[in-house]
Amino acid sequence: MALLRQREAHQMREPIRVALPAEKTVLEALRAGDEVRLWGVVYTARDATHERIVAELRRSGVLPYGLQGQVLFYAGPTPARPGLPAGAIGPTTARRMDAWTPALLDAGVTATIGKGARSEEVRRACVRNGAVYFAAVGGAAALLGSCVVAAEVVAWPELGTEALMRLTLEGLPAFVALDSVGGDLYASAPREWQMEVDE
Amino acid sequence: MIPAARIADEVERTVPLIATSLRDDVLEALQAAYADEPSERGREVIRQLLDNAAAACERRVPLCQDTGTVWVWVELGQFECIEGDLQGAVDDAVARAYEHAGLRMSVVADALFDRRNTTTNTPAFVDVTSRPGKGATVHMMLKGGGSDNASALFMLEPSLGEQGVFDAVVSHVCAKATTACPPLLVGVGVGGTFDTVPKLSKKALLRPIGTRAANQRVTAFEQRVLHAVNRSGIGPAGLGGRTTALAVHVLTAPCHIAALPVAVNVGCIAMRSAMIEVEPS
Repeated sequence: MALLRQREAHQMREPIRVALPAEKTVLEALRAGDEVRLWGVVYTARDATHERIVAELRRSGVLPYGLQGQVLFYAGPTPARPGLPAGAIGPTTARRMDAWTPALLDAGVTATIGKGARSEEVRRACVRNGAVYFAAVGGAAALLGSCVVAAEVVAWPELGTEALMRLTLEGLPAFVALDSVGGDLYASAPREWQMEVDE
Repeated sequence: MIPAARIADEVERTVPLIATSLRDDVLEALQAAYADEPSERGREVIRQLLDNAAAACERRVPLCQDTGTVWVWVELGQFECIEGDLQGAVDDAVARAYEHAGLRMSVVADALFDRRNTTTNTPAFVDVTSRPGKGATVHMMLKGGGSDNASALFMLEPSLGEQGVFDAVVSHVCAKATTACPPLLVGVGVGGTFDTVPKLSKKALLRPIGTRAANQRVTAFEQRVLHAVNRSGIGPAGLGGRTTALAVHVLTAPCHIAALPVAVNVGCIAMRSAMIEVEPS
């Protein structure tokens, strides 16, 4: 009975509120599988943005545009309708950024938001730096966009949807996919639900 | 006779609608999956996807930020011809629709040598085929990059047969599902030639979920693949559960005696398509 109650408590656990940018101690306390609501500032960066950020990093040795300590959201929004702060905005496939991510985490980016599994190098870079990777739900961009209360282009407007943008979030729903102790939700969760094919 | 402008008008009117509303059959299947999904996290993902469909409709915001490439497939009645420049008219319609509806421009000028955004989401990808009867049937689909990247083509040995097709499709879908925004609609084409089988798999995505395949053998095969994919544990958003795919749709066709072509077109949860009948003038 006690076990049952414990399980129910576990399943009904409220999402964890995470204010961004977050102190390392806050991020280090998160575990793969935790459901979170993200509040505060994040920066959008897709493929072309990453190329430019990393080029700046290599040239100057530091992250450009105050990205030190900040969070990158792998997303290219649709244009905002007049009167709305943002259009549809949702995660793009994180694996395409894997080549650049370890260098960015080592340089001071503290967390990333995207969708899909990451490379072993990214998992290790999260452990090394006390960083986390949040998974947002792909295909839910109207809902996620409604959690964006402010958006402004910070750099490279010529990249259009791939420009570096600063977003202010109010309760964006996500899950911790990679944590700072090596947990990987994309590896562990399917294993939990896998069944033999019975034929 | 059907003026190209008539078809283009339908494209311009329909594209913003399908970008912001989930297909009825997909919505129903997703609601059913919400009731059946045993994983709490999986249910939370599906709840977000249902809320997303409602939010998109209410706020007239796209379901997904990737508003895709535009596929326009015109099935032209045998008594008809198209008057005018269809590609040009459709491209103009797509450019206007994307601009006015605030959709994302996701097309670059050349895949290899000029990856500059065309800033109009054109060219559209236009096919014209013939069918019996009068008028034209215009199919439209917006296909996102993530799910298209998860699609594939296999030229199998004919000796591999049904089991070989099953193995290829199931292992491919399970390898790629996570990045393609599950729950998926899986389109499978079997037959034709190297160049025609992918189009068959894309056409399979147009069939509404819950409607019947060509015959019972196809239906049984679809169910077998769906069952296997949903035992992978990948689940909604790839975060664990039993709803990796809502449906598997298979179209088969004649082929060469030496061939067994198989294409898998992975459709994401933001499955956006429509069919419009155009009367002749």
